[in-house]
Amino acid sequence: MSAALMPYEEALAKYEPVLGVETHIELGTASKMFCGCPTTFGAPPNTQVCPVCLGLPGSLPVANKAAIEGIIKIGLALNCTIVEWCRFARKNYFYPDMPKNFQISQYDEPLCVDGHLDVEVDGETYRIGIERVHMEEDTGKSLHVGGATGRIHGADYSLVDYNRAGIPLVEIVTKPITGTGDKAPLVARAYATELRELVRALGVSDVRMEEGSMRCDINVSLAPRGSAEWGTRTETKNVNSLRSVERAVRHEIERQAAVLESGGTVVQETRHFHEDTGTTTSGRSKEEAQDYRYFPEPDLVPIAPSREWVEELRASLPELPAARRRRVQAEWGLTDLELRDVVNAGALDLIEDTVKAGCAPAPARKWWMNELSRRAAEQGVELSDLPITPRQVARIQALIDEGSLNDKLARQVFEGVLAGEGDPDQVVAARGLKIVSDEGELSAIVDQVIADNAEVAEKVRSGKVAAAGALVGAVMKATRGQADAARARELILEKLGAS
Amino acid sequence: MSSELTRRTAAELAELIASGQVSAVEVTQAHLDRIAAVDGQVKAFLHVDAETALAQARAVDERRAAGERLGPLAGVPVAHKDVFTTADMPTTAGSKILEGWRPPYDATVTARLREAGLVIIGKTNLDEFAMGSSTENSAFGPSHNPWDLSRVPGGSSGGSSAAVAAYEAPLATGTDTGGSIRQPAAVTGIVGAKPTYGGSSRYGLIAFASSLDTPGPFGRTVLDAALLHEAFSGHDPLDSTSIDRPVPPVVEAARRADVAGLRVGVVKELGGEGYQPGVQARFNEAVELLESLGAKVAEVSCPHFTYALPAYYLIAPSECSSNLARFDAMRYGLRVGDDGVRSAEEVMALTRAQGFGAEVKRRIMLGTYALSSGYYDAYYGKAQQVRTLIIRDFEAAFEQVDVLVSPTTPTTAFPIGDRVDDPMAMYLADLATIPSNLAGNAAISVPCGLADEDGLPVGLQVMAPPLADDRVYRVAAAVEKALQDRWGGPLLAKAPELVEVDR
Repeated sequence: MSAALMPYEEALAKYEPVLGVETHIELGTASKMFCGCPTTFGAPPNTQVCPVCLGLPGSLPVANKAAIEGIIKIGLALNCTIVEWCRFARKNYFYPDMPKNFQISQYDEPLCVDGHLDVEVDGETYRIGIERVHMEEDTGKSLHVGGATGRIHGADYSLVDYNRAGIPLVEIVTKPITGTGDKAPLVARAYATELRELVRALGVSDVRMEEGSMRCDINVSLAPRGSAEWGTRTETKNVNSLRSVERAVRHEIERQAAVLESGGTVVQETRHFHEDTGTTTSGRSKEEAQDYRYFPEPDLVPIAPSREWVEELRASLPELPAARRRRVQAEWGLTDLELRDVVNAGALDLIEDTVKAGCAPAPARKWWMNELSRRAAEQGVELSDLPITPRQVARIQALIDEGSLNDKLARQVFEGVLAGEGDPDQVVAARGLKIVSDEGELSAIVDQVIADNAEVAEKVRSGKVAAAGALVGAVMKATRGQADAARARELILEKLGAS
Repeated sequence: MSSELTRRTAAELAELIASGQVSAVEVTQAHLDRIAAVDGQVKAFLHVDAETALAQARAVDERRAAGERLGPLAGVPVAHKDVFTTADMPTTAGSKILEGWRPPYDATVTARLREAGLVIIGKTNLDEFAMGSSTENSAFGPSHNPWDLSRVPGGSSGGSSAAVAAYEAPLATGTDTGGSIRQPAAVTGIVGAKPTYGGSSRYGLIAFASSLDTPGPFGRTVLDAALLHEAFSGHDPLDSTSIDRPVPPVVEAARRADVAGLRVGVVKELGGEGYQPGVQARFNEAVELLESLGAKVAEVSCPHFTYALPAYYLIAPSECSSNLARFDAMRYGLRVGDDGVRSAEEVMALTRAQGFGAEVKRRIMLGTYALSSGYYDAYYGKAQQVRTLIIRDFEAAFEQVDVLVSPTTPTTAFPIGDRVDDPMAMYLADLATIPSNLAGNAAISVPCGLADEDGLPVGLQVMAPPLADDRVYRVAAAVEKALQDRWGGPLLAKAPELVEVDR
């Protein structure tokens, strides 16, 4: 049974949403957080394990310096304070995919605190406060076989893959996000998007939500308009795409408003988001009673990053997304809207790399945002997953610029490259794609077309220049698109005395 | 009669082997014979694999024959506490929950014993997960004190102390969390040392209480203990809490064996009421002896030591409640009730209910409670504050004196069964040893005579600041030397002969 919902506009008229986002990001370090095991995604189950990440009796963790470096970079990029001294803590609970039945995390002493990230929605800037950034280890992955829900309850049996156990995770927790009104879902999405871009720019994670290397938990509560007191919040998990972030917030606003409106109370609980329906359902209420019995991890020494090291890392930070966007917007002469489209399409890197490969910004943007975006959408993949490189796109445009291809032929080259037929030059050669620039050959074809279409030719001769389009079309057809259409038109008008 | 070789010290054996007078195989065989002859009564070992031991000994002989330069203990047998992982032998931690488990890896201590050419002759009994003071908490039955087989050999490393005291091995490893090396050494009349915390690696030591657990050596002489200490100690990159500093020169200190001019503090709070008169008497004599050897003796007060025991029984159980959570039947060890119908959670609960003994469960419960939300500050948090005060007591004391001394244990070895129903009485056995675990400093127990009332061994405890391990060996060796001169031989020579049975 699906929950009652209040129409969004009505809900927003009555209530003010307060948001919070907890994001887990798997760092892309070569080895795990506390042992030397590799972290490659997709390896056969239980092949990237050792006594430490399996939690075998007697094994001990040793912190990965590269991971600590990664989280400090994230903290710095989020304008956080990097504390001078902090400790790991154990979070104790039993679950089969947790090898030690405790997770090494941080509790009341996070490494990075008190930062912010600015995001833009519809031309307005929202400053999202960052409460803390801390590090922890990932758990293994359970596969529950049988049963209806795919969860452990009701499953016939479960399989556990510990390859993921011990992969470094960074948890980024926002401060309560208030004052967003009806923009709340968009702000949440913009925050997740911006965070993803930021972390990607730092090069510390591939932040792929679909592979689980970035996961968001969304907290939502509602306060009656005009009330200073916040409502009870829910925490929605399993939010695995940027679009889902937006939908989950929207749904929780509509659902909680309906609950409150009917005189009910919102239950503080964990909820699960369902991608297919865009709704959330209640998680196990048992989780509320969970007491994690945190205490400082006695197997690890405190982390005390020296100020020199922190400053070194700060100096090593690359250009961050916001600064970069301002730069390319100016360099490429984009409007705010155009820039936003580029960013939302995930095309910024691709276009910039294409420009770096020698292409002018305008065509680079045109190919990625039109032709290639369309093809990506058709195949249901990300733009960056298309089997074509910025260098290849730049080469195709170069062929156009030098006059050996027109846009129509270029599209065939794109098709060939995407079909795996090789580099643009190979596709051009193999498919015999080249503008017919031999004046004599083109002239003969034009004569033939005029002869074959006497009626149309007569119209043109009598002054209906617009009718020449049909003749151009016929020339292009006769040359399988390889003629220079502009030159063909000139020739037609010339021969019919209409120029 | 088993070979006279088993009566030799490790240092003597090493020399005999090095000079080619005997082979490592002969020495190992002699100890295997002794084990076969007496371990039916002593029950020091959980696992002895003659073939594996002899193969290790043969390898040492071959390396020597090939002209390889070997370490100072190469070819000498060592009994290894069954709480260290060994890739070629089972590792149980004295628990049913790990019965039959073969670790896929060696503990750092194990690996270093092998590198040093020591022959691991077997795995010794212990209180389950090193929780106890008598080995009576072992899932596989208690070990027996060679001085009186009806008594405990101390614990938790009681299998190790019994093996060394019964001449089944010249050396043994142990772990000391609250006194688990020093107390068994004291009650069996041998030497046992707790290195500075972080001085010896915990990697591959099945954890009881991570912030307290310390691997250390047993020997029949101070020099033997020092040789073993040097063999397996030192920085280990696999243990974050391991100290990256050179091992203190303990062998040199054991050979030096003098205390002239050394300032010795007698801890006021560790003695008197609650201490067996015979224990106190031998201790007092040892202090007089130190004075006669040129030490400057003074009484020192460490007022917070009174709270060490309660603080320990909050910190150690808290850490153990978390450390032992991994024994859940999912990946290794015992699995109970997996009938294809019960849930993972039910199998976990059944396995833990049947796999853990009463004392382990008691401590898991204590620790779980102490860490619970709402109780943390009053229990675990408070205990950590007490720990800080105890560290300060030590620091203040070590500003006045170079070492501190006390009786190692309040009593001599107690009869098997005497304290099993009285956990508090059992816990009191570690009264004098616990402060050094809480502070992480170095300490040793060395025999200082027999109590008048029961004729059983008494231990003198010597404590020094962290990383001053050499100091405790120096003092212990001086006491050992003076007492042996007085007695005309080692204290252990006064122990009754065990009846050897035919193999």
